Amino acid sequence: MEELTFTQEIKPPSTKKGPIRWLKDNLFSNWYNTVLTLFAIVFLYFLFKGVYTWVFTQAKWAVIPANLQILSVGSYPREQLWRVAYVVYVLAILMGLSAGIWKGLNQQITSAVACIGAVITLLPIHVNTSVREAAVIATILIAVSYVFGRDRQNLKRWVIIGWVLMFPWMMFMLRGFGENAISTINWGGLLLTLILAVVGIVACFPIGVLLALGRRSQLPAIRWISIAYIEVVRGMPLVTILFMGSLMLPIFMPGDFQLDKVVRAMIALTLFSAAYMAENVRGGLQAVPRGQYEAAQAVGLSYPKTMTFIVLPQALRSVIPAIVGQFIALFKDTSLVSIIALSELLGVSDNILGNPKWTGLKPELYLFIAVVYFIFTFAMSYVSQIVEADLGVGKH
Amino acid sequence: MAGFFYSNMMSGLSDQGHPLSLSFLRNEAGFEITEGIDFDPSDTYLKAFWVGVVNTLRVSILGIICATVLGFIFGVARLSTNWLIRSIAAVYVEIFRNVPLLLQILFWYAITLSLPRIQDSITIADTIILNVRGIYLPTIAGNEGLPVWLWYLLSGVGLAIIVVLCYAGLRLLIDSTEVQQTDRPSFASNTILGAKWFAAPVFLIVAIAGWFLSPGQPLQIVRPELQGFNYVGGINFTPEFLALLVGLTVYTSAYIAEVVRSGIQAVVKGQREAARAVGLTETQVLLLVVIPQAIPIIVPPLTSQYLNLAKNSSLAIAIGFLDLFHVGRRMIAQTGQTIPIFGMIMVSYLIMSLTTSAFMNWYNRRITRFER
Repeated sequence: MEELTFTQEIKPPSTKKGPIRWLKDNLFSNWYNTVLTLFAIVFLYFLFKGVYTWVFTQAKWAVIPANLQILSVGSYPREQLWRVAYVVYVLAILMGLSAGIWKGLNQQITSAVACIGAVITLLPIHVNTSVREAAVIATILIAVSYVFGRDRQNLKRWVIIGWVLMFPWMMFMLRGFGENAISTINWGGLLLTLILAVVGIVACFPIGVLLALGRRSQLPAIRWISIAYIEVVRGMPLVTILFMGSLMLPIFMPGDFQLDKVVRAMIALTLFSAAYMAENVRGGLQAVPRGQYEAAQAVGLSYPKTMTFIVLPQALRSVIPAIVGQFIALFKDTSLVSIIALSELLGVSDNILGNPKWTGLKPELYLFIAVVYFIFTFAMSYVSQIVEADLGVGKH
Repeated sequence: MAGFFYSNMMSGLSDQGHPLSLSFLRNEAGFEITEGIDFDPSDTYLKAFWVGVVNTLRVSILGIICATVLGFIFGVARLSTNWLIRSIAAVYVEIFRNVPLLLQILFWYAITLSLPRIQDSITIADTIILNVRGIYLPTIAGNEGLPVWLWYLLSGVGLAIIVVLCYAGLRLLIDSTEVQQTDRPSFASNTILGAKWFAAPVFLIVAIAGWFLSPGQPLQIVRPELQGFNYVGGINFTPEFLALLVGLTVYTSAYIAEVVRSGIQAVVKGQREAARAVGLTETQVLLLVVIPQAIPIIVPPLTSQYLNLAKNSSLAIAIGFLDLFHVGRRMIAQTGQTIPIFGMIMVSYLIMSLTTSAFMNWYNRRITRFER
């Protein structure tokens, strides 16, 4: 008998995947994937070729830097621009401090903002000097206050107070007072978009929570009013509600009552998203087990205490994605106020295109505005993912 | 509080000289609507409003169909095993979901307005024509032979029924002893299943023979043709309609893609693995196991996307498409009857949302009953 000998040791299959293996697994795993890949490559080639030639040879990008001021603040008076600059500087300081103190997510957001500032600073094209100046100062302020705020936990309380006071102070600052007051008609561009979005987000949240609680109330009157409000508002487009503010409100108000146009838009946006917010919160409320209510009652908590300390924290945490989705929708919806002749970021495009020098540059302008919106909405959804992970949604 | 608003309203209305009533609806509208149903400036406000409602329904229904198809394609593509396809779908969804719809509609409108003039129209296969007036598609129209052919079709159906009855009678005669009285329903379905091999050819022969026996061609494809300075025939969609439709479709399809993706991912992993284990191919796993279970999860969020699309069609006002809101807005500007017209607009949108969600709820119930 011959003796069997094992001369060759076979190594276990490699767990590392080379680029060729990756290509085979992900692009050419079988015949239809190969066909799809080839089609996609041809499609992408023509798409990129078209986009590339348009962006680098045909598009006239001069319209953007030349109108950067209008795009960012609308027709805000030139000699009053220092007000906007001050607001930006204070925001920069607050962001820098928060990033230094809390680290984590604050740090990421702040560095993203600082990057945008740096990009504007370093753009090799002719930019309005005041915009570049503001960008330089804001970027430096962020960096300095970050270094200053690092590990100074005793500043925590002051920074929070600063953030709370920020909004009323900002409104006061932008509006001015007395003879020099700047009418809200002159607010525009990204500034107005951000103001509308912030006001809408901050105001719709408590109203939405109240409506959601009202919808589950034991009192029939409150319940039915809440249901009717939520369903009617959700059944109508935002445009109709915006127009209602300008067409219907004067009818229902006494004689010479005049409400500022921007304030009307804020109210309409808030009331509109509150109804959607209420439905999101209701979803969260339904997910809280009954035992939580009963336990809270058993230890003798009143209804407001049960809600604020036991139920709402759990309910809201479980619907963070839906709530952030609603905030993103609200941010995008601010563009609709351009239909009622307010010149926010999208509305100012009409002002710019009205200038004979820039007529016919719609695609360039719209593309730029789309990128600005995209940066904000994408950042919001990114932040929501991180917050969700931090709070451990779905892990408990 | 309500009393305060009411008294303000009444005094305001009497100041303006517009008493609350709907009688203005019978007056002449005096403006033109070039979109949808034929409308003459001498028609009434009521008809103008109706034209607006139909325009909204047209763009919404077409948009819902297109967005569903596109959304399902991209939703499934996001889960593809092919990296390139998966990435393209992800980029598509992120871009179109994160940019405001109004901006997208304005962008598409700018593109449709930059289409070539009528003389230099883009023609695809000689049937689809694109120019600054929008898109022209061929239609199918009936000739004078159509009624005759319809009679042939009807008699074909009659003959097929007779064939089925004869077949049933023959079977009864042949195996009358075996058929149990209690077995009636399955006997009926068996008969029809068996008879289809006789009945269907009979119907087809009559239909085809009728096609040639009718005078002329009963049905004809009507291609848009250049006559003078304009295209005539076929069906025309205006640039406004096109921009609105494309904008609504693309925007909503990005959302629907996410709904479909999450619905498919929500199907328990074990179901896929079990299906693979019994030897189904990937396509079969998707079509026979995953999608039927994903549909009940997908339907409720899909409904709200449909409702959003219908409501978002009111952005038509930004590009001058005369949908129900835009027509209502014009009527308010002309008549000053703000409250009744806003009431009509609100009621129209509420009816639309309520019927859509009622239909989708019914569909959802039907599906879930089959599933669980």
